[in-house]
Amino acid sequence: MSHPSRSKAYRPPSRLEDYPTGTVFPAGHLVETSSGWRSKRPVIDTERCINCLVCWLLCPEGVIRKSPDGRLEIDYDYCKGCGICARECHPGVILMKQEGA
Amino acid sequence: MAGMNMFLSGNEAVAAAVRLARPQVIAAYPITPQTTVIERLAEMVEDGSLASEYLHVESEHSALSACIGASAVGARTFTASSSQGLLYMAECMHYASGGRFPIVMMNANRSVALPWNIYGDQRDSLSLLDSGWIQAYAEDAQEAFDMLIQAFAVAEHPLVLTPAMVNLDGFALTHTYELVNVPDPSDVDAFLPRFTTANRMDPEHPVSLGFTAGPQHNQAFKQLQHLAMLASGQVIREAEERFGQRFGRSYPGLVETYRCEDAERVIVTLGSVAGTVRPVVDRLRSTGERVGLLRIRYMRPFPDGELRAALAGATSVGVLEKDISFGYEGTVFTNVNSAFARSGASPRNLLNFIGGLGGKDITPTDIENLFARLAAPEGLETVTFI
Amino acid sequence: MENRKERKITARNLDDREFFYGHKGCPGCGGSLAVRLALKVLGEKSFAVLPAGCMSAIGFVFPQMAFSCNAMISTFAGTASMLAGVAAGARALGLEGIHAVGFAGDGGTADIGLQALSGAIDRHDRIIYICYDNEAYMNTGVQKSSLTPTGARTTTSPVGNRLRGAVTPKKQMFEIVAAHGIDYAATASVGHPLDYLRKVEHASRVEGTSYIHVFAPCPVGWGHDSAETIEVAKAAVDCGLLYLAEYTGGGFILNHDPGEFSSIRDYLLGQGRFRHLGEEEIEAIVAQRDSRWQRIRREWRT
Repeated sequence: MSHPSRSKAYRPPSRLEDYPTGTVFPAGHLVETSSGWRSKRPVIDTERCINCLVCWLLCPEGVIRKSPDGRLEIDYDYCKGCGICARECHPGVILMKQEGA
Repeated sequence: MAGMNMFLSGNEAVAAAVRLARPQVIAAYPITPQTTVIERLAEMVEDGSLASEYLHVESEHSALSACIGASAVGARTFTASSSQGLLYMAECMHYASGGRFPIVMMNANRSVALPWNIYGDQRDSLSLLDSGWIQAYAEDAQEAFDMLIQAFAVAEHPLVLTPAMVNLDGFALTHTYELVNVPDPSDVDAFLPRFTTANRMDPEHPVSLGFTAGPQHNQAFKQLQHLAMLASGQVIREAEERFGQRFGRSYPGLVETYRCEDAERVIVTLGSVAGTVRPVVDRLRSTGERVGLLRIRYMRPFPDGELRAALAGATSVGVLEKDISFGYEGTVFTNVNSAFARSGASPRNLLNFIGGLGGKDITPTDIENLFARLAAPEGLETVTFI
Repeated sequence: MENRKERKITARNLDDREFFYGHKGCPGCGGSLAVRLALKVLGEKSFAVLPAGCMSAIGFVFPQMAFSCNAMISTFAGTASMLAGVAAGARALGLEGIHAVGFAGDGGTADIGLQALSGAIDRHDRIIYICYDNEAYMNTGVQKSSLTPTGARTTTSPVGNRLRGAVTPKKQMFEIVAAHGIDYAATASVGHPLDYLRKVEHASRVEGTSYIHVFAPCPVGWGHDSAETIEVAKAAVDCGLLYLAEYTGGGFILNHDPGEFSSIRDYLLGQGRFRHLGEEEIEAIVAQRDSRWQRIRREWRT
């Protein structure tokens, strides 16, 4: 899998013996999302997208994915709504839409 | 006894032990009186008798940082330092123990500036007693050699996984030549096989190491560290037993007692000065005085039970140490006093003698005087400088 | 020294996998983009070391671990030395194909970590050291570092009647590491991602120490919109305050000469941290730039 995802089954340790010996833990282990950080969400008009991958390249979160059919999609669990993708999109096909509107 | 008897200084004995322990990475920075340890190791790496990566770091902070990095990929690591250098490592010492990296370090006990002084006292290591390292104190070169080999076995033990420091009194021990038995490499390999750990970067199973733990989880990691240090006492005793069976040299655990059985007055001390106390005990014993010596071999884990058991019959105990926590008392004394307080049965007289700071000589006459003071302690201050 | 053939990296052939994901970086964080992109080049065999600072604070809060390659936090001063230990340990254990890579901020590099970095370069340790330069101590709340540029307002270089932001010029870290005779060094910007990726790729093949200094805007500390991170990073190159260059055994190479510079004034006044600057102060910054470029154009190869 190219993107880590949140482990829904994980329960934090409650007893001493459940903790690791040393500060060591499996890599890429996510228990929280960042979706609550966002006030605006980027929306890609995939019909007009030319698939130049600039947004994919420049996203600090890496939340834009290449889906199997070649279209780009956004992992809204971890998108913080910074707006870089919309700003850098040459054809202007990514719009920032108000959350909850 | 197998192996070879060699005439070695304390530092050379340490280097010889490190060679046999075969650390995969050594990182060190020179400081008097530790220097000959890392010089000998550099020669061994050069002549091929030790196959280690040897990092010439630019500071003690980097020496221990590099050891942490190497330990974090699962390598056996060694460093050595002293005094100012040890203090410069202080941040990394807490880091290494918190990360449960079983690094072994030799420390040449030396005074701490100011005033500048290169001679032996124990304020450097004792000021880092709370950094989470096992702390061993050797009396002679053979013991330093043996402790060093054992330190790897103890530090790397799965129940311990805690870094260990072996202390040698600067010059008095580091630069004094003695006959040291150096065992065969194959015997040391059998005693101390290569270790594996899950606490490492693993290309097949990637991990995050040295992470942040917030208020909800932080204390659990610290408590586990504490429990591991407590567990190390038994692991040290087992390692000594195993060592004795293989090499024919036995050690008595966290403390060594000398003629304490029926002693009324006992001097408690650590390090090479015990070698000055022992003949005084013999001399006084020959005139019928019931005196003894208790040498603390490990300050962490602290031998509180062993101390209480060994000193149960003593009426006067004097703690002699080359250390002072300014404005109060010596750190060793604080620990000894606390061990008695836990049982609610302290000796009638418990005194603290501070000496040897900055290399000040402690003579047999000084020791006789201390035993005399313990015989008539009434009216004496708890803490006195000798 | 270099080995193997370099591949030209594009957005098409760059690894789809994410190795820095689900971190707690601020929206629009240039530093996290620099880390993310570099790890896409270096891949799953990266052993990453990050000192106390933004990237470690946002990436390793138990039990949320944002790195999916091996990674560890180092002491603040110990990025390069811990990295050197990692590389030495991996070599001693016979681990092959490992990239020991460090990511430290400007303070962790040019201030508290400079000594350890100098030591690693001196030993020619086979490590890749990436400094993400956001021009102040951002993790602790925007305090001045020695890479804070002249005039920038930080919480410890405030703007008032006597002080007008940072009074000292930015340390030239790239030239400092080059003066060691480092095996490879480069400057880069997250505004020029393909140039940056090429340099990381090159560093991964260097048999010795590599240092990449990547310019990484911080919207929170610099006072610009989170969407403007890339634009600001590009503008710094276009106006000549940042140059894209490399150093190898053969000397300095200027990768890109903007020719006619864009407006420094626009670059500065577009950011809250510089908005107090008057014309005279801006002119002084322009003069600093011009004298630096005179030297670069005279002495460096293109």
